[in-house]
Amino acid sequence: MKLPSLSFSRLFGVMIKEFIQMKRDRMTFGMIVGIPVVQLIMFGFAINADPKYLPVAVVSADNSVYSRSLIRAMENTKYFTVVKMADSEADANQMLDTGEVQFVVTIPVDFARKLVRGERPSLLIEADATDPSATGPAIAALQALPRLALQRDLTGALQNLAAQPDPVDLRIHRRYNPEGLSRYNIVPGLIGTILTMTMVMMTAFAITRERERGTMENLLATPVRPIEVMIGKIAPYIIVGYIQVSVILLAAKLLFAVPMVGSLVLLSSVLLLFIAANLALGFTFSTIAKNQLQAMQMSFFFLLPSILLSGFMFPFRGMPGWAQAIGELLPVTHFLRVIRGILLKGNGFIEIWPQLWPIAAFMLVVGATALMRYRETLD
Amino acid sequence: MPDQLVIDVNALNKSYGDKHVVRDFSLQVKRGEIYGFLGPNGSGKTTSIRLICGLLKPDSGSGTVMGFDVIKQSPAIKREVGYMTQRFSLWEDLTIRENLDFVGRMYGMADRALRVSEALEKLGLTSRQHQLAGSLSGGWKQRLSLAACMLHQPRLLLLDEPTAGVDPKARRDFWDEIHRLAGAGITILVTTHYMDEAERCTRLGYIAYGRLLATGTMQEVIAQQHLATWIVRGPELAALAEKLRKLVGVSQVTAFGNTLHVTGPDARTLAESLRALKLGEGYHLEEAATALEDVFIHLMGQAEDNFQ
Repeated sequence: MKLPSLSFSRLFGVMIKEFIQMKRDRMTFGMIVGIPVVQLIMFGFAINADPKYLPVAVVSADNSVYSRSLIRAMENTKYFTVVKMADSEADANQMLDTGEVQFVVTIPVDFARKLVRGERPSLLIEADATDPSATGPAIAALQALPRLALQRDLTGALQNLAAQPDPVDLRIHRRYNPEGLSRYNIVPGLIGTILTMTMVMMTAFAITRERERGTMENLLATPVRPIEVMIGKIAPYIIVGYIQVSVILLAAKLLFAVPMVGSLVLLSSVLLLFIAANLALGFTFSTIAKNQLQAMQMSFFFLLPSILLSGFMFPFRGMPGWAQAIGELLPVTHFLRVIRGILLKGNGFIEIWPQLWPIAAFMLVVGATALMRYRETLD
Repeated sequence: MPDQLVIDVNALNKSYGDKHVVRDFSLQVKRGEIYGFLGPNGSGKTTSIRLICGLLKPDSGSGTVMGFDVIKQSPAIKREVGYMTQRFSLWEDLTIRENLDFVGRMYGMADRALRVSEALEKLGLTSRQHQLAGSLSGGWKQRLSLAACMLHQPRLLLLDEPTAGVDPKARRDFWDEIHRLAGAGITILVTTHYMDEAERCTRLGYIAYGRLLATGTMQEVIAQQHLATWIVRGPELAALAEKLRKLVGVSQVTAFGNTLHVTGPDARTLAESLRALKLGEGYHLEEAATALEDVFIHLMGQAEDNFQ
């Protein structure tokens, strides 16, 4: 009798062995179960492409019933929340620059007077349009707003005004990105996510590789100190990171015509911090992971929120508070604000400072963890 | 250093979970000695070496290595010790020269380039210095490892099964080199499974179950066990061996080619049992000196299960 070419008992044997090995690697097993659950819940509830309650600063030179109605009506659309009554135009601009508010509404001095006279006073709305998808739905909601808002106030002798198509001359300025091109937002953001991905992964293998190849024992037998190993393993990749950034920035300029308003020198110095923070995280993963597969899984586990919760793909302000809180912990979230701020808004050091210290703090915590985890012995 | 004790550790203990790998380990090694460390697999040899060179922290115990406290001064010990790991642990994706150069930098050598060149010259690898270390054969890897751990001129060498899987010629050359180093005043602690290597050590220690069971010169270790051995020559030894094992006073019967080594703990009982057996024609029986190997097999038999 001819032997069957496929033996089910052999096949079964291979399957059993694979299951046993899968079960032994607890971490991988946990990831297989944990990743889908955590991510489904996290991203399912967090991601929202229609952000509401965007922060607004109002510069009002006209404290009339009409302007108050307008602002109340804006808030009633649920797209806007007035967080600040700014004292001056400059003040409001500063808030737009730092990203503290998404919109500035300017009501001119003679708004009420002109309105009553039927002279169609102008109402200036400036939007931070670096991320067009964040401001788009809100701007769309503005179009019909003045007429509806003022209908109640324009009664009696003014009734004829309410009937007019537009009692107010609504002027919307899409600041920083007047054409509303999403690539202006995406391309700088890519620098952040690409760096996160490559930098974390590169150092994630730093120690696990030594351990898997058995060279760790040799390294530990020498007098080298943990801090020397850590910095020595991180530093070369900083150069790699800068090469990546240069390539992306060049492509951004030549292929995507992304504006570069701010200082590239400032950007370069922030990049050093951001790259170092990611490399330190990778190194920490490396000291925790038992093998290279685990190091890889940890990197991916970190990468997903970095893409989805950082404001890279979806508007940060569209997420619920808890998701924003997670996002605030990620270095890439802050870096995105910095790079968009510098390239598109022309931010200087003062404007980006609030984003710098969280990255620095992240790096310190992660670096300290790595040094604590790294053993000078084989214990 | 009092009495020139290079290694002087007392009652070192190391456990992993409920596994007590090294138990009350004490060891004294003098300057210039070649101390052979023997014992079955999993007996705690590697762990003991790692405790001595500061790669592991003992749970308890005390001692000095080259005058440095074994617990508190491991960085100082690391600078003065050359440790050759059981597995090849240099970087296979670096060249021979790059490996030596890296090790030289780790020890902060001032005249690194010169010393690396000298080491390559001595190894006879100067012409192949730009070859990747991973492409070397087992014997060459072992010689490179020795050169790497000798680069910083340590006063103490810890060699963990340095000749495992190496051919006899390379093994002999390796041991000649070790004797040269010992002659130059370097102290050497070496683990091995080979009897001929054990015999080339100036002193031996036998470890099993994480416990040092016997220690001394080869003659002392043999004498300590009080074993008597007879050699039997003749036909059909396999069948005879079965018979001999059942005799009173026989603790082990080992085949060595065409002879059997019959060993027992008491010389008189053993002799009486063998004589009473009345071996037929063609068999030759003679009393012999107990060999080191007989002693080790005896010790291994005593030391229950090491693989728990």
